[in-house]
Amino acid sequence: MNVMASSRKFFHEAPWQLWTAQLTSLIQSEVKRNFLKRRSIWIYLVALAPVVILTIALAQEPPGGSIQDRTQLMGALFQFYYLHVAIFIGCLGIFTWLFRGEIVEKTLHYHFLSPLRRELLVLGKFLSGMVTTSLIFMLGVFGTFFLIYTHGGAAGRDFMFNGPGLGHLAAYLGVTVMACLGYGSIFIAFSLLIRNPIIPAVVVFLWETFHAALPSLLQKFSIMFYLKQLCPVPVPAEDFLALFAVGSEPVPPWLAVPGLLILCAGILVFACWRVRKLEISYLAD
Amino acid sequence: MTAENNRIVFENVSKFYGDVLGVNRVNLSLPPGVTSLVGPNGSGKTTLMNLMTGLIKPTQGRVNVLGLTPNHPEEFFRRVGYCTQFDSFPKGVTGYEFIYQSLKLHGISNNEAHRLTKEAIDRVNMGEAASRRIAGYSKGMRQRIRLAQSIAHHPTVLVLDEPLNGLDPMARAESIALFQALGKDGLHVIISSHVLHEVDKISDQVVLMSYGYVVAEGQIHGVRSEVKEHPMQILVRCSRPNLVASRLFNQDHVVEAKLQSDGNGLLVRTQNADQFYLLLNRIVLDDNIAVEAVAPADDDVNSLYQYLIGGGGSGGTV
Repeated sequence: MNVMASSRKFFHEAPWQLWTAQLTSLIQSEVKRNFLKRRSIWIYLVALAPVVILTIALAQEPPGGSIQDRTQLMGALFQFYYLHVAIFIGCLGIFTWLFRGEIVEKTLHYHFLSPLRRELLVLGKFLSGMVTTSLIFMLGVFGTFFLIYTHGGAAGRDFMFNGPGLGHLAAYLGVTVMACLGYGSIFIAFSLLIRNPIIPAVVVFLWETFHAALPSLLQKFSIMFYLKQLCPVPVPAEDFLALFAVGSEPVPPWLAVPGLLILCAGILVFACWRVRKLEISYLAD
Repeated sequence: MTAENNRIVFENVSKFYGDVLGVNRVNLSLPPGVTSLVGPNGSGKTTLMNLMTGLIKPTQGRVNVLGLTPNHPEEFFRRVGYCTQFDSFPKGVTGYEFIYQSLKLHGISNNEAHRLTKEAIDRVNMGEAASRRIAGYSKGMRQRIRLAQSIAHHPTVLVLDEPLNGLDPMARAESIALFQALGKDGLHVIISSHVLHEVDKISDQVVLMSYGYVVAEGQIHGVRSEVKEHPMQILVRCSRPNLVASRLFNQDHVVEAKLQSDGNGLLVRTQNADQFYLLLNRIVLDDNIAVEAVAPADDDVNSLYQYLIGGGGSGGTV
């Protein structure tokens, strides 16, 4: 009863207007910085590499061909390249730098000395990272999808506008956002915990790649576990790629999305707890 | 507002960095006005300021500023401004953008943020350079733009860590005048500085620190009178100083009377300044002495520093 009463009091008395204004201002400046900083160039390259390679490769092939092959190509590119590699690396680059970058550049104290709650700082930085990575990778996924199907000629256009094409595109873009959300939450927590994120990032990469080999309970602590259930096209993999496509216990999308959101929320709550404890001692870094 | 809510209060505050002592068992209650933190490197001045503003948390004890703590940042940092020693800035921003962006985090409107930005920039005389990127600023300009950022939102408590570092003499004089004006307006201005004679000029209170401990605190003159083991030095510029000296020697509280080389004054060391001033009045009247000036010669931060902490203070810096 006390918890209910204090929650109600909090919701009534909290300065929502101020928080909204602060969050908006923070996200604006962070997004601008994320998009324009030199470190982001390689993330653009990672996101747009398939578009460039496909443009060159498809230019040498006559249009047409099987839509099923194109759907498999798109599914494989999305799962094996974007989900496993590109978005993971992009989020690693953007999110780990959100706090770690400010500590390295000795500018975090400006935020800590502003009338901004540290929890809002985590949320604002997380959302700015989400906006940045989602837009960059959605652009890459959209470009890849567009190239693959427009090169399919009339059948490709028919698949896109009269068939399940747009549904697939929406699913790919949605999964891209969910991937940024999942990986972003992990890496923003890393940026508050760990000085050099490379080794933990390798551990997470291996965990995510081979999550299907883990016991059922542990699989649920993997971002890929949820993302795979949301992909529109299952990708049969052979040989080396089979390592990345080991089938995990199936979960319906209506459970996968809330599951991923709960996992991310848990990680963000941990990040908020961590930032409240954080002290400024740049010398130690 | 209660008296407690108009003070900066440290209650038995200690801070350890692992095994290393930052500050230990600090008890302070700072009133409005200009308060200087004085001490050598590593004495705990910056630690005290960081504790005050929540950049670090005490290992033990409690700190509150005007009854507020950084756990409620919306109110706390509306009232507090802190110009740190960190000479670092977000990449690629101009001086104007730096201040404007920090004001926007206060949740104020664009127009108000622009107005306050311009006002702060004018107060530190950075009008011409404000549109340039900070990366191209000199050290003094960077110092001034940080000062502008810390005062832009009109705080009632202003914490300044070595604010005169890197400033040219003109900018120093302007900054000192600004701190004095803010102190007179009723603000709490907390300054750490190693330039003792400048601190001396502007301080209402002083906190002397050494090895993480507060050695002395209070108004400079009050602290000086508490230092019994070092007799007060008083310079008397007058006619017939040898006569004055001979009369003074009869008194127990006078430790030394030294004639000045130009023959127009003497330096007296006394254990009891009040009795000395009474006696001097009598001598002046009885012997018809012409007095040009009477002034304490070691009633300043520099002398206090030497007496209480020792060494290093004679050159004006610690």
